[in-house]
Amino acid sequence: MEVDKKDERESDSSEQVVNPWEVSAKDGGKIDYDKLIDKFGCQRLDESLIDRVQRLTSRQPHVFLRRGVFFAHRDFNEILDAYEKGDKFYLYTGRGPSSEALHLGHLIPFMFTKYLQEAFKVPLVIQLTDDEKCMWKNLSVEESQRLARENAKDIIACGFDVTKTFIFSDFDYVGGAFYKNMVKVSKCVTLNKAMGIFGFSGEDHIGKLSFPPVQAVPSFPSSFPHLFPGKDNLRCLIPCAIDQDPYFRMTRDVAPRLGYSKPALIESSFFPALQGENGKMSASDPNSAIYVTDTAKDIKNKINRYAFSGGQDSVEKHRELGANLEVDIPVKYLSFFLEDDSELEHIKKEYGEGRMLTGEVKKRLTEVLTEMVERHRRSRAAVTDEMVDAFMAVRPLPSMFE
Amino acid sequence: MGFSKDQLLNRLQELEIDYTKYEHPPVLTVEAQAKYVSSSEGALSKNLFFKDKKHRYYIVSAMVDTKVDMKVLSQRLGLGKGGIRMAPEEALTQLLQVSLECVTPFAVVNESARDVSLLLDQNFKNQKRCIFHPLSNEVSVSLNTSGLDKFLKSIERDPVYVDLEANPAVGKDQPPDLAVYVPSNSVVIPEISNETSTKQTPPPKSVSAEVKPVASGMPSDVSAKPSKPATKGKSVVVEKSTPLAFKNPEKFVEEIMDKTSALLLSEAKVENVEALAETLRKRLTSELTHLAIMYKNTAYTEGFHAGKHSQPKRL
Repeated sequence: MEVDKKDERESDSSEQVVNPWEVSAKDGGKIDYDKLIDKFGCQRLDESLIDRVQRLTSRQPHVFLRRGVFFAHRDFNEILDAYEKGDKFYLYTGRGPSSEALHLGHLIPFMFTKYLQEAFKVPLVIQLTDDEKCMWKNLSVEESQRLARENAKDIIACGFDVTKTFIFSDFDYVGGAFYKNMVKVSKCVTLNKAMGIFGFSGEDHIGKLSFPPVQAVPSFPSSFPHLFPGKDNLRCLIPCAIDQDPYFRMTRDVAPRLGYSKPALIESSFFPALQGENGKMSASDPNSAIYVTDTAKDIKNKINRYAFSGGQDSVEKHRELGANLEVDIPVKYLSFFLEDDSELEHIKKEYGEGRMLTGEVKKRLTEVLTEMVERHRRSRAAVTDEMVDAFMAVRPLPSMFE
Repeated sequence: MGFSKDQLLNRLQELEIDYTKYEHPPVLTVEAQAKYVSSSEGALSKNLFFKDKKHRYYIVSAMVDTKVDMKVLSQRLGLGKGGIRMAPEEALTQLLQVSLECVTPFAVVNESARDVSLLLDQNFKNQKRCIFHPLSNEVSVSLNTSGLDKFLKSIERDPVYVDLEANPAVGKDQPPDLAVYVPSNSVVIPEISNETSTKQTPPPKSVSAEVKPVASGMPSDVSAKPSKPATKGKSVVVEKSTPLAFKNPEKFVEEIMDKTSALLLSEAKVENVEALAETLRKRLTSELTHLAIMYKNTAYTEGFHAGKHSQPKRL
């Protein structure tokens, strides 16, 4: 489901392109998120919503909310309205297991979803779209299934609660009630519509055409009869990166026709590559991102050598002009991962006005990332194949709302 | 500790594998080996031991003339362009239990090497015989690939022959052709300098299902060279201390106390006790909650396992 900023096709660079298989900015510049929100028709997540979340959950909102990483939504306010009245919801997110090498950008939706699970005390389903990767990346069925299980381990290491989380792979789970919903959804979307939404053409194989319903139906509780029996009105909230929006626009369009509630969405911006906003994070360039398997030495090295700096060329110039915070990657990364708001503000001020040097910012970033990656590695080491089996077992979750 | 050359040669004989043995002074390089074993006896091999960023290990055994391009290999394994490098010496001694100069396909006979992937040069198949070290650099054996295959199958390994010089394109429509040979388990060789885990306790035998204590696989009449300390056998295993803190209540509490007192000591200069308590709460809550979740998940998994294997009540 999640995609890196990897160019799948050469695109006409006069317009920005954002869809599940391609993300590129206009003329090699930055993504214009305001335009995107306009074009897609979703809402900005404003301060008042964030305050509401704080009130309803009695805890500080997640750093990604405070810093505007998750910045857009559809119907999140309705989810909160219902929650206030005592009507719960469930979470749905996923991953397209195309590679074993997971980098920090991949973890972002999962880190946020874990927070949502804890803060709202709601259950979660995680879809591993091994079938999608088998089709789009031309992997063998076995390889995509293997990658799905490997990725599941990293996902579990993010700290999901097994008594409230169901992880499934499409190859394993599609069938039964899930498939019935897939057929219902398929009947509501014409070929032309699919081609319009997803950019399919007569050259694409029919597997691709029939995939979107697979990603749509986890939004409907009746797809999981072992989890939500009789709870057909349970609402669904989908945290995802904004490039997944097309799937759910289609789903929201279809839902009322099937008598289902529309899923709500909460969407994130893209995580920049080390080389800068215009760079592409790519699985084949290990220096474009920090991987969860990087050692402390690797991280230090990558930040020092490859993280694009907004600092000036010389110390004198830097002290005079300050750093360009717009393009500086270390500060951007810190805004994602440094918990302490006041420390971040301090760094931005000092660095932006030239009193702090790039080296210091990079050093702090290295500390923060090393701690994160180290913690992830320790948790990952504790995830056994049996634990993956437990998370993926089709079983009831009796304490899912506790 | 590891298989000795004599044990290996005995095993070959038991399997009725036809081989010829050449003894010579210890050789450190292929060139030196060539002085004692002429090419008429068979094709000499060069043997490389790699590791990738996820701590997975590979032996690549090739004809001396075969070009092995690490960048290409790394891509074909699906590890990106710079994904593999030569493995450090500790890995060699701990996983393969041979010295630097004698990496050999036979090293996979050791239990410690069960997760090491072995890739053999396709060109070996065209040779009448190929030459490898049988776990010692004072001996070389030449044998036909069918003999090598028989040996590998006897230790439940599928012989994998690869065209090492091929350089297929790897991209979105052409998946890495060797990715399927990447081991499914990684191995952590604890580095002496920066081991970050708090406890260095040896793992009990009952640790999670995929961890097998190394020592148990060893034959009892091992060669009399105890060159490594007793802990070596236990160290070649998935990370030791983490699983314990998540499984064992005492270790779990110990981990919590360690973290709390470490933070307490480092923040002791704060004036009033309330502020200190607040800081502790703020800094530790998320980390300890994470620890607790892993503990819960581990307990649930054990219950799940028990449930799957429990027998119905006898009436």
